[in-house]
Amino acid sequence: MALDGSHLEYPHRSYGMDHERYDWSMLSKRKPVTWPGDSKLALWINVGMQFYPLNQQGKPFAVPGGMTMPYPDLRHFSLRDYGNRVGIYRFLQAFDRYGVKPTFAFNTELAERAPYLLQRIVERGDEIMCHGWNMDSLHYGGQSREEEETLVARSLDRLRELAGQPIQGWISPARNESENTPDILAANGIEYFCDWVNDDMPYAFNTGAGQLIAMPLSNELEDRFVIMNNLHSEQSWLEQVCDAGDFLLLEAQSAGGRILALNIHPWMLGQPHRIAKLEAALEYLTSLDGVWCASAGDIRAAWLAQQQSQ
Amino acid sequence: MKADPGFYDYWPYEGRPKITWPGGAKLAFWVAPNIEYYELDPPANPQRKAWPQPHPALPGYSIRDYGNRVGHVRQMDVLEKYGVRGSVSLSTALCDHHPEIIEMCAERNWEFFSHGIYNTRYTYGMSEEQERDMIRDSMESINKHTGQHCAGYLAPALSHSEKTLDLFAEAGTELAGNDAGFYTCDLFHDDQPTPISLRSNKQFVSIPYSLEMNDTIAYVVNKIEPRRYGQMLKDNFDRLYQEGAESGTVMCIPTHNYQVSCPHRLKAFEEALEYITGHSDVWVTTGRDIARHYIDNHYESSVDDIANRREVTTDGP
Repeated sequence: MALDGSHLEYPHRSYGMDHERYDWSMLSKRKPVTWPGDSKLALWINVGMQFYPLNQQGKPFAVPGGMTMPYPDLRHFSLRDYGNRVGIYRFLQAFDRYGVKPTFAFNTELAERAPYLLQRIVERGDEIMCHGWNMDSLHYGGQSREEEETLVARSLDRLRELAGQPIQGWISPARNESENTPDILAANGIEYFCDWVNDDMPYAFNTGAGQLIAMPLSNELEDRFVIMNNLHSEQSWLEQVCDAGDFLLLEAQSAGGRILALNIHPWMLGQPHRIAKLEAALEYLTSLDGVWCASAGDIRAAWLAQQQSQ
Repeated sequence: MKADPGFYDYWPYEGRPKITWPGGAKLAFWVAPNIEYYELDPPANPQRKAWPQPHPALPGYSIRDYGNRVGHVRQMDVLEKYGVRGSVSLSTALCDHHPEIIEMCAERNWEFFSHGIYNTRYTYGMSEEQERDMIRDSMESINKHTGQHCAGYLAPALSHSEKTLDLFAEAGTELAGNDAGFYTCDLFHDDQPTPISLRSNKQFVSIPYSLEMNDTIAYVVNKIEPRRYGQMLKDNFDRLYQEGAESGTVMCIPTHNYQVSCPHRLKAFEEALEYITGHSDVWVTTGRDIARHYIDNHYESSVDDIANRREVTTDGP
């Protein structure tokens, strides 16, 4: 039997995207951006502060980095916990040594479970964004809107209360969304989110509750993706980061400011055998001319100011 | 269902008639940037899901959109630097969605060949008439938007039917006789062009489009490190160049700009291009020109040689 006729119909085959979420735009056609101090490359270090529940439901899929063994998977639970107990403090030392200004994406449940850790980050004065409730609380197509609204409001309200910060940024667990996620985020006071990986610069994203800014946080260069998904060596991660930094700086000479966004996790790079690669990456990047170490919110603000002045 | 698609005979790599490329080149080199459009919410094909997650599957959709928004221009700059004209494997709906990209390729005198309409519409389950309509639509789109007659085919997302190559060749004949629909990239059986048997008996050729050198296969399937991918490209070239001294070979790099044009991967690719194009006796060309040259100069002798070898096999001692 042949396919239904709808398979040869193309209702969205026209100029632009096949949806209304954002406008079609090529990076090369946009007006160049200048970062503060006439810098060329904004370095955004984004740290995933995550809690992976032992009793993961895996709905609608098992989150990458989550439990893989029959319950109780102590092995993966405790190895993720290692990052929050030990690895993160290696990160903090490295950040301070190289003068980078990280952003921390917290699962709200981790902020609740580890008040010392949250307080330590708050005292540093670094930006905190919300990373959902926990790594097993996924946002997904087909989820009821009411259920997701409750999840977002609970995650944001509680994190704002605990951190004493306005919390303007969001990254979904597993970077997965439902068809309603952007609308719900905007309605809850989120200004920018980092789930979509279709650009190397920020861009405007339409929602039913006003505009969001989509921030370009590379998935392909993420420590978990490179080392755990692709099974590349730690040395290769370092090389990829350095190659990316070199390339973006070169492109920025002619095309305007660029962003190198590194999404990293203390349970991955905070391991004793990997931390030196993070340190080497930070040492290299901060030694380059024209690098501006900034938080996600600062990068967004600098970008937005130039869009509005155009 | 067949045990063998019946497109070609067994034809050993040794002892074939010598292939000569223009200018006495040892190796014909071409780069095939895939310029694709993946739909966010395509109708679900019963035999293959477009996306692993429920709609909206942004992990896959948004990284592919990255190729269109960011990647193509980066690769265009690199290819231009090394004098390579791209042979675009095109999801032809992109002519409608993102005509700016098509214009930039056309300005560079690149070739466009058909990669179906969308890379989220699979051939599986199509009737012969449906597949013919889809293929013809894609070829007519290329002609309408670029003025080129579509010479080559790479089935959308490598989804085929038994009749795919026949239908493509016939649609090409209807469109522009022997000037359209004369080569395929869908077969991975050889490092040289080979004649393909079709029901129409049209002169039709398979040209090498390496899956192993394909950046998506390297990065996503085989999980190759970027600098190692660059080294693999050089190694692949070295051997084909060496063998090309005996009889002309073909090297193809199929690319996807959501892979190769990421900032952490482009440097390794560029180094490989610099290496390859830095050699003499390399014909830097397009898929269409390789296929045309082969059909005009080597097709008949190849068909004869294949027939002779068949006789050896059946009448041998």
